[in-house]
Amino acid sequence: MPHTAIPLAATTAGGDLLVAAVMLPVVGILLSLLFGGRTVERLAMLILPLNLVIALLVFIDLWQSGEPLAYVVGGWTPPLGVALRADGLSAAMMVTTAAVACAIGVYARADFLTPAGVVEARSPFVFWPLLLGVCSAMNLVCIGGDLFTLYVAMELLTFAAVPMVSLDGRAETLKAALRYLLFAIAGSILYLLGITLLYGTYGTLDIARLSRLAQPDFATICTLALMTTGLLAKTALFPLHLWLPSAHAGAPAAASAALSALVVKGSFFLVIRLWFDVMPALPGSGGATILGVLGATAIIFGGIMALRQQRLKLLVAYSTVAQIGYLFLIFPLAWNAQSGRLESGAALAGGLLQVMAHATAKAGMFMAAGTIYAAFGHDRIAQLAGAGRALPISVLAFVCGGGTLVGLPFGGAFLAKSLLLESPVASEQWWWDWIMFAGSTLTSAYVIVVMTRTLTRARMSQAACASVPRYQQMTALVLALSSLLLGLAVFGVLGIIQIGRPDAAYVIAVAPRFFDVFSFAAILKAFNPVVLGTVLAIGHMWRERARAMAADAVACSGKRSPARLALLDQVDRALRQWPVGSTSLLFLTIAFGAAMFAAH
Amino acid sequence: MSGEALFGLVGAAVIGIGLFGLVTNADALRKLLAFNVLSSGVFLFFGVVARRGAAAGLGGDPVPQALVITAIVVAFAATAMAIALLTRLFDRTGSATLGDSSTDEGGDA
Repeated sequence: MPHTAIPLAATTAGGDLLVAAVMLPVVGILLSLLFGGRTVERLAMLILPLNLVIALLVFIDLWQSGEPLAYVVGGWTPPLGVALRADGLSAAMMVTTAAVACAIGVYARADFLTPAGVVEARSPFVFWPLLLGVCSAMNLVCIGGDLFTLYVAMELLTFAAVPMVSLDGRAETLKAALRYLLFAIAGSILYLLGITLLYGTYGTLDIARLSRLAQPDFATICTLALMTTGLLAKTALFPLHLWLPSAHAGAPAAASAALSALVVKGSFFLVIRLWFDVMPALPGSGGATILGVLGATAIIFGGIMALRQQRLKLLVAYSTVAQIGYLFLIFPLAWNAQSGRLESGAALAGGLLQVMAHATAKAGMFMAAGTIYAAFGHDRIAQLAGAGRALPISVLAFVCGGGTLVGLPFGGAFLAKSLLLESPVASEQWWWDWIMFAGSTLTSAYVIVVMTRTLTRARMSQAACASVPRYQQMTALVLALSSLLLGLAVFGVLGIIQIGRPDAAYVIAVAPRFFDVFSFAAILKAFNPVVLGTVLAIGHMWRERARAMAADAVACSGKRSPARLALLDQVDRALRQWPVGSTSLLFLTIAFGAAMFAAH
Repeated sequence: MSGEALFGLVGAAVIGIGLFGLVTNADALRKLLAFNVLSSGVFLFFGVVARRGAAAGLGGDPVPQALVITAIVVAFAATAMAIALLTRLFDRTGSATLGDSSTDEGGDA
């Protein structure tokens, strides 16, 4: 496959597609404001599939030509003007985003259609344009060719995401939205400060140009530290996750799916752009290791916290905290000590695949949790007995989505993990493998806990549960199943991530052999965490029961373990306090800066 | 000390004040004001950058000015949205602090 090493400074054939990808949802939003009423949802129903078609066209174009697409806005070439570029990473992200957005559109029809007899209702009128806003902003995040355009795209994404949190207008969700907004804008101002320094140093913000110019000097290192930390705040990487659980768990299910599956991926994608495209040689092994360690901590901490949650939506939200951690393992694994830079090879492909798998699986899981909430009127995990009979499709969707996250074959995460471990670093630094194994064990434990609770026969007849439209459950299942088969589906097109990398010399072809990845031994090995996870889940449920009995009998039998466990909750609560969160923002900036100075 | 250096140092000081306010204030409105102070500091930096880029006998580099006007609009929009959320929160609860996160678990309505 041919590579392009020259920064594209002219509009290519098919470049118009990129403009359409960004502008079509915006046109939809403007028309929604103009017409209002039922037109809003009809427009969204029209534009979401069109958005998917455009994304697929971009993908096919790239796949056939092997060349990236570019569009130079207004004919002004990059040093002065702004370019939109779609490389392989962008195309894969765009297709995933558009597909998940379509599914969210289908699911949300049950909750956000204007009721009959009403001209215009508040929440549909707000929800659909916001969903279109997320689509447009995600597309711009994927194809923006300079760092300031990406800043604007990221802000659009935040502004579309924050109101989704507080759609129902309850005080808790308003508070969650406000925390999210304030922390996100604190992050983006750090990013903006980085942009200022970068422009002052190099006189351009174009990614392709910067990748040639960037030098490891004082200003550039400060820039990278500031911008990375700002982006991490928006991605909610541990310990900067203070806004995520309440925001994602409080939002309506369709909005949670969009927030958890799509929005956090936007800022993560920018971290990739920054580290792999703009300054692959700058972070040094120290910077990459910091990201990896934070990711590893997120996996373990988020997994344990998810297991300890009493409510299903909070469990899924903490599972997102853990899964974000996996994404950051690609940085230490892609670091090549010989060439002294991050290399775009198997690790990057694995990371991208993890993004796709998590987007589809987590959207499906939030949707399943949403239907369970709608049917039972609550989502307390301990009281979900009978859900398996009332909502079999939803429970199946939840388990399939969870299975994908565990890394069961032939899911996206299964392939992602084997790609991550294929990188040469993984054989020297065995601990990353162990972290992933521990994470999978915890994931399977909480999925099994939910599965057991929902499949338990209800003690008394719970016929009081409300009916949920079947297509909502089916949407969740389709998403979960597609993520469970993603590994097979995308195996042949993995090579697309090599298209249009700015520095072709350092791109390693991703060509795993099918029967190596999906060998019998590998498939068998993928079930190991499930075995351990089952043991963990049984232990957890036994302890919960013991605690419940102890609480009933006011006995002092379980005195020791609650005190120890409460410690974790206290740690999490302390980390989610504003002063702690914002101070760790500053400390992380300093840590990144120091690690990079040490490397150069 | 040249004019630009002074300008830059003032910008850095303003950023420091804003950051301090953002970290230490419990009240959401004060956090928002601190954010605005912080962004003003960053906007000053854009001014410094525009001046430094003007080596070729020009009065100033126009690109940072185009960037800063966009950044101001973004900061303005963020402020407006936060104020809207704040007023709604105040209407609902009668207070506007974010310090207490214990409501997270209690929201099983």
